[in-house]
Amino acid sequence: MSEELHRIRLSVNGVTREVELPARRLLSDALRHDLGLTGTHVGCEHGVCGACTVLVDGRPVRACLMFAVSAVDTEITTVEGLTREDGSLGPVQQAFAECHGLQCGFCTPGFLTTVTACLRENPHPSHDEAREMVAGNLCRCTGYQNIVKAVERAAELADPQHDDQHDDQHDDQQSDAPVEVQP
Amino acid sequence: MTTKLMGQKVQRTEDQRFLRGQGRYVDDVHAHPTTLHAAVLRSPHAHARIVDIDVSDVLDVEGVHVVWTYEDLGPLSPEMAEPLPLLIPHPDLTQGRTQYALARDEVNYVGEAVAFVVAEDRYIAEDALDRIQVTWEVLPAVVGIEASRAAEHLVHEDVPGNVGARSEQNTGDVEAALARAPHRLQLELDIERSACTPLEGRGTVARWDADTNRLQVWTSTQTSTGVRAAVAVKLGLDLGQVDVITPDVGGGFGVKVMHPWPEELLVPLAARLLGRTVKFTEDRREHFISSAHERGQVQHIDVGFDDEGRILGLDVMFWHDHGAYTPYGLIVPIITSTQLLGPYKPEVYRVVFESIYTNTVIVTPYRGAGRPQGCFAMERTMDKIAAYLGKDRTEVRAANFIQPDEFPFDQGLIFQDGRELEYDSGDYPASLEKLKRLIGWDEFPALREKMAAEGRTVGIGLACYVEGTGVGPYEGAHVHIETSGKVKVATGLTTQGQGHATVFAQLVADELGVRFEDVEVVTGDTRRMPYAVGTFASRAAVMSGSAIHLAAKRAKEKALRIAADALEVDEADLEIVDGVVQVKGSPSTRLDLGTVAVLSNPLRYAFDEASKAATQFAVGDPGKPPVAEDDEPGLEGKDFYSPQRATFASGMHAAIVETDPDTAEVTILHYAVVHDCGHLINPMIVEGQIHGGVAQGIGGALYERMAYDSSGQLLNASFMDFLMPYVTEIPDGIDIDHLETPSPLNPLGIKGAGEAGVIPVSAVVAAAIEDAEGFPITAMPISPSDLHTLRQEHTS
Ligand code: FES
Ligand code: FES
Repeated sequence: MSEELHRIRLSVNGVTREVELPARRLLSDALRHDLGLTGTHVGCEHGVCGACTVLVDGRPVRACLMFAVSAVDTEITTVEGLTREDGSLGPVQQAFAECHGLQCGFCTPGFLTTVTACLRENPHPSHDEAREMVAGNLCRCTGYQNIVKAVERAAELADPQHDDQHDDQHDDQQSDAPVEVQP
Repeated sequence: MTTKLMGQKVQRTEDQRFLRGQGRYVDDVHAHPTTLHAAVLRSPHAHARIVDIDVSDVLDVEGVHVVWTYEDLGPLSPEMAEPLPLLIPHPDLTQGRTQYALARDEVNYVGEAVAFVVAEDRYIAEDALDRIQVTWEVLPAVVGIEASRAAEHLVHEDVPGNVGARSEQNTGDVEAALARAPHRLQLELDIERSACTPLEGRGTVARWDADTNRLQVWTSTQTSTGVRAAVAVKLGLDLGQVDVITPDVGGGFGVKVMHPWPEELLVPLAARLLGRTVKFTEDRREHFISSAHERGQVQHIDVGFDDEGRILGLDVMFWHDHGAYTPYGLIVPIITSTQLLGPYKPEVYRVVFESIYTNTVIVTPYRGAGRPQGCFAMERTMDKIAAYLGKDRTEVRAANFIQPDEFPFDQGLIFQDGRELEYDSGDYPASLEKLKRLIGWDEFPALREKMAAEGRTVGIGLACYVEGTGVGPYEGAHVHIETSGKVKVATGLTTQGQGHATVFAQLVADELGVRFEDVEVVTGDTRRMPYAVGTFASRAAVMSGSAIHLAAKRAKEKALRIAADALEVDEADLEIVDGVVQVKGSPSTRLDLGTVAVLSNPLRYAFDEASKAATQFAVGDPGKPPVAEDDEPGLEGKDFYSPQRATFASGMHAAIVETDPDTAEVTILHYAVVHDCGHLINPMIVEGQIHGGVAQGIGGALYERMAYDSSGQLLNASFMDFLMPYVTEIPDGIDIDHLETPSPLNPLGIKGAGEAGVIPVSAVVAAAIEDAEGFPITAMPISPSDLHTLRQEHTS
């Protein structure tokens, strides 16, 4: 009983790739195993944990609940696509690093994609809105405290009004902010 | 190096990888189409005999390479046909039992591995599983502690009364102490099963290299060396033929301490047989039904005390549900039985436990490992004594504390590592003072009144614990300074998100005097450090941290010796600053550490500029051998750290909760933690560990339970039904204060911090709900419907 294969094009992080897949192949598996984009993680395969969240035409979607064949003609963004052209971290990534918003890092790609989409819709979330933004994703390690901080910090970093002076103020207020030692 | 990094909130280096999607978890290894994938047929019954297994249809499925049942294992490797190892034997475990890699003729829990398939992809492997026909003779299932104790049916025919072990420790004549005590109380306390539930399940990848006759195994484990030894034994290979590499691990919390898992043996066996890379990645349902659980205990306490609430006699009996097999021995109940005492010193203590069989998934340590149950027992007892005497709950605790001048304090018991239960250091009265301030203990009555005026019901609770951390036997480390000046550090224990790459680099940078960013740390790779134990029991910082510190010291000593020789100065006059060896006070006389590394290794051949400078014609005294008799080439330091006994971290938590009068929903309004893990290496990481621990504790207190039905089916084996807390269930803000009583047992004065956050949460939340509602809370977790039922019982 050999399976019928479908030759499809998937556009991921601005690059179009051709793959041959059975119709039942999940988008999460296609991204990870066929395209080698292992940044997208699978924590439950039933749509609850959010680890597999990718952006489909800019909207957060659970890649474990979508077949790869139904993602043709869409623009997919995975965690790999959140890094800036020059290789530096995007604002949400940067904020998670600064705020210690991750431990094992397994849930992190799903949080990063989700928060990226949410901040596009609402760039200035209140504290409660920041919590709301991550309320659909599970993290078993961090207890969420620093993830919420990271959402608020990401909003600051992504804010076009945000300049260096503001940055200094931020550092002044938080005298116990992490020491920045970067490779 | 201007500032010392120990104690600083240094940002994590590993995050750069994780944030870019470049983490390497096991399922990311060999993620390409030539890799084969395994799937496991699991028992649908909690207790059944296998009458027949028919696999004749399976190999017809296109893309299937292998299908194995128990019968196939012996011919491939005789050791594979033997039961899996009983990892930690104990003399009291008289009826230890372990399962087979694939069930032989009987299954004892839903989820037990029965057959194994390898195919082109996981989809096809699962199709193949559907074609396996098993004829079962279903037997009565024993589910839960009550049924196990009643022993109407037996889990293992040859284990009378379902009792795997009975164990007792005491520090004197408890009956006499109880009889003498002016006051006496009894308590019955239940804690249900829960599970670690890391977001990444288990996974194993293996590749056999026929050219070198070696096996490479990647596995999501907390102990690479443990898996390596198990694989070598079971596959009949020399240890030297097996490499185990643990890449990034997406959370462990205990469940990935190896037993070993059947798949960790079957995948390498298949890889060797097929000559192809084989991968197994557990799915979420499999994780629920075939990976370990913990916590289920029923506990009975009999306590005698004086008018001050001082405990004169404490008599504890408990029953520990260890599931269908005992691969991890008695570690969990031994920890409960010893760590239950917490920061207190009852005059006489006796504890008896029975570790009993049920037809449910095996039990192995889950973050906190037996301590949440013990803490629940002891702290509920303290609350009950306070209520009985009409005293403040903090006063009764203070009356029982071990005092700061009493350390080291010997509790007179034997701990899980077979050593005396002797606390190294602590200051419990100071912790309590801090906690009372942090939560606003003395101001709470006013808050309660104010809330009551608004029609709101609130309660406050606290709980104290002591945690034996940093258990032995040892860890080691290897520090290698390259000719580039970069420092490569290897330690054998693994990493599951604790930031080891960062904290260990901090220690090396401090000790060696190099730039933090020049240090790279590798963990859990047996090729780099073949002797190691593993990451569990809050032991990484203490054990590997100390070993790394000692190894860096050795590398430094060697660097200074070589540099002193080259610069013709006294060693004592040298220091290392930012990777440069220089004369103190005269920094122009200097040598890069990289150059020292060049000098340390007299070469025959010149490969590049650095090696040109290191040829035997350039290095050393022609009147002496190029490598002196008592020396070795290379700029390296290696050392091991092996402590006499465990360190003892401690802490206290408190919470204010609100209970809804209609829905009986419990909301945590304020949560406070005072924590003492000795000196902190990186407070940001320690606080992260506390946050995560408290969240897991809240899950255990209010939401998580393993809902087995009476036939042994787990009814909530998905994230839809097993309620793990989202951000919405965790209080907004957890207040933390630290106390640092350094441990005298290791060179850094540290104690472990990984598990502490989770230990007292159930006790704290139960106390706060009890305080709010005015009736006793004796079983956790507690759901709104449980609370509602209790309300009805207590009003009627
Ligand atoms: S893996 Fe898709 S939501 Fe959990
Ligand atoms: S960081 Fe481990 S699950 Fe979130």
